[in-house]
Amino acid sequence: MDLRYSESEERFRAELRAWLLNVLPALPPKPSGEEWHARRTYDTTWQRMLFEAGYAGIDWPRAVGGREATPAEQLIFLEETERAGAPYVGVNFVGLLHAGPTLVAEGSDEQKARFLPKILRGEEVWCQCFSEPNAGSDLASLQTKAVRDGDHYVVNGQKIWTSFAHVADYGELLVRTDADAPKHEGITWLILPMDAPGIEVRPMRTIAGSREFSEVFFNDVRVPVANRVGDENDGWRIAMVTFSFERGTAFVSELLSSLRMLERLADLARKIPRADGTAWDDAGIRRDLGHLAADFDALWALTKRNVTQAARGTGVPGLGGSVFKLHYTEARHRMGDLAMRLLDRSSLSLEDQETAEHVRGWLHAMSMTIAAGTSQVQRNIVGERILGLPKER
Amino acid sequence: MDFELSADDLALQSGIVELCRGRFTMDRIRASEETGALDQEMWSELVDAGVFSLRLPEDEGGVGLGCTQAVLVFEQLGRALVPGPLVATHLGADFGLTGIVGMVDRDVSPLLVEHLDSLDRLLILAPDGVWVCDADDVQGGQVDAFLDPLTPLYAAASLPKGQLLASDGAGMKLRGAALTAAYQVGIATAVTERAVAYAKERRQFDRPIGSFQAVKHICADMLVRAEVARAAVYAAGVILDDPSAGDETRAVVAAQLLANEAAVANGKACVQVHGGMGFTWEVDVHLFLKRAALLATHFGSNDERAETMAAFL
Ligand SMILES: Cc1cc2nc3c(=O)[nH]c(=O)nc-3n(C[C@H](O)[C@H](O)[C@H](O)COP(=O)(O)OP(=O)(O)OC[C@H]3O[C@@H](n4cnc5c(N)ncnc54)[C@H](O)[C@@H]3O)c2cc1C
Repeated sequence: MDLRYSESEERFRAELRAWLLNVLPALPPKPSGEEWHARRTYDTTWQRMLFEAGYAGIDWPRAVGGREATPAEQLIFLEETERAGAPYVGVNFVGLLHAGPTLVAEGSDEQKARFLPKILRGEEVWCQCFSEPNAGSDLASLQTKAVRDGDHYVVNGQKIWTSFAHVADYGELLVRTDADAPKHEGITWLILPMDAPGIEVRPMRTIAGSREFSEVFFNDVRVPVANRVGDENDGWRIAMVTFSFERGTAFVSELLSSLRMLERLADLARKIPRADGTAWDDAGIRRDLGHLAADFDALWALTKRNVTQAARGTGVPGLGGSVFKLHYTEARHRMGDLAMRLLDRSSLSLEDQETAEHVRGWLHAMSMTIAAGTSQVQRNIVGERILGLPKER
Repeated sequence: MDFELSADDLALQSGIVELCRGRFTMDRIRASEETGALDQEMWSELVDAGVFSLRLPEDEGGVGLGCTQAVLVFEQLGRALVPGPLVATHLGADFGLTGIVGMVDRDVSPLLVEHLDSLDRLLILAPDGVWVCDADDVQGGQVDAFLDPLTPLYAAASLPKGQLLASDGAGMKLRGAALTAAYQVGIATAVTERAVAYAKERRQFDRPIGSFQAVKHICADMLVRAEVARAAVYAAGVILDDPSAGDETRAVVAAQLLANEAAVANGKACVQVHGGMGFTWEVDVHLFLKRAALLATHFGSNDERAETMAAFL
């Protein structure tokens, strides 16, 4: 075991740091919350800049245009971009972190050639059309139907909670292609062009007030058969590959920003007046803050183990992602609760930027234990697939 | 960076697993429950296996390994619940002390010395450094009733001054804390394994209890606590060997905080999964839980550790 970065890795860090220092000041200010088209432009511009500097698809194979960085370099990338305050993946989340990697693992050569470069260059944005009103945790019971008509599938049905659907060009789409087969065996994974006629996207508000996800309705939408990833009715297996990327690596990129947020919360505690001092004088508050620092540090160590294991294995992240997600999201709940305790009545007004960040963090934490597999579902996965406990029923 | 066990680490790990499985069985460990005395033969097997000389240079009769490897060994000792002042004896070897070495913190009251009757020497942690005295020079009466049946306690009115070993004990305490945390991760793992095995075999309502989510989710949480703490403990071991890879205090304190919690919480969860059997003396689970509670008091409390972590923010 070795946590030291090699000379070439340190060189990578130095180059990246110098590049960030050079380009970040020229970046326009980040558009505010609900300016979705401006946000798309901002995020894709940043992606384009990463691409031109050779940092796009940091963990993607070289053969498809990625950087194929070592696990250490991937972590250095996260450390340095966080340190420099560089933009987050934003609307490129699905394309870069799980749709692209799914195509790398399972797509045809034509699909790789057509779609991957545009994700890397920030030219196309993706979303995930998996969940349906009646198929969330029990995703395999999805009902959106696709019927073959010549060299197209004709899709009818509805998806929901589709993040970034209103700014996306393509979607990961799961459809039922065999209604008579057992539920896991009649599903197909399609690449959905979001501009196809018959698609209606209706944004929904989240509890944080933002319109980041939507309902998506399908009325005789024609999707080329050439857009099928894997075989017809083999979509569940492909979806599992998508999930392993989504759960295994997607949350990791937030961990360091959570640690920074914790540092800001500690600064806030040092300023908030209490009795005849500040909240920081309260040992209970200090210990809860300190405990979260231990949690985030340990999760960073766990990440190093997970990426090392993935690199040594098949390249598809293992079940370590479920362990990470369970602990990380639980810690984020605790951090949010602590922030609310500290802010007390100040949490009610969201005028102040700093206050609003922590209150939104408290709300956001609630989505983390639901999205990408709820904590209950993750515990089933850990219990059954890691510990080998029998299924219920 | 490669944060997985190397081929050598894996060989070391399987060697110690083998040793524990073959020699340090639960029956043998529980045999000393009545007398409370350390099994001298078991101790010499630990000596022969190099548990205490692991980190000594080869020309001093050691194995020449680092903290990275020592945590792997102590993790397995915890998983097997091997009794005795393992960490103190291991730390004593750094100062050339041999025999069975205990450890006590001069400023913590009540002044309770673990395993006193079995000890040769006693390390005394004090604000002005680390001291050592002969165990015979410590006046202590055995406590009649004590929490961990495999760790007899002795109440001492005072301690002799002893000889100064090092005026700055900080580094030694960090190494000891990391090894203690490793042992706790071993306990957290062992009780998870036991809970899972029981949940697969025990049947109620015509099915294994492990098929009930209420039980399955307890087990899943046990694994998560153990894995997160394990990552922190391995990182602490590596950083102690190579301080350029991180802050030693921060790494060790975080690791010990999470490992203590994992061991105690998992011990309790294991009792719950075992139902009424879990509350019996006969089932081994309570021995793991009680050792976890005892070790959680070593090198300070978790409240102090949380404070130390806060100071880094
Ligand atoms: C912010 C956010 C963004 C999202 N983005 C997307 C997206 O881009 N694309 C997409 O396809 N989906 C997205 N989702 C949807 C998300 O994947 C689902 O909400 C999630 O899988 C849960 O499904 P559900 O909402 O139907 O809840 P349900 O499955 O109805 O669950 C309700 C409750 O029952 C529990 N439960 C359900 N089944 C079990 C079980 N077997 N054992 C124990 N407890 C159980 C759950 O844990 C939960 O507490 C997003 C959700 C959120 C909150």
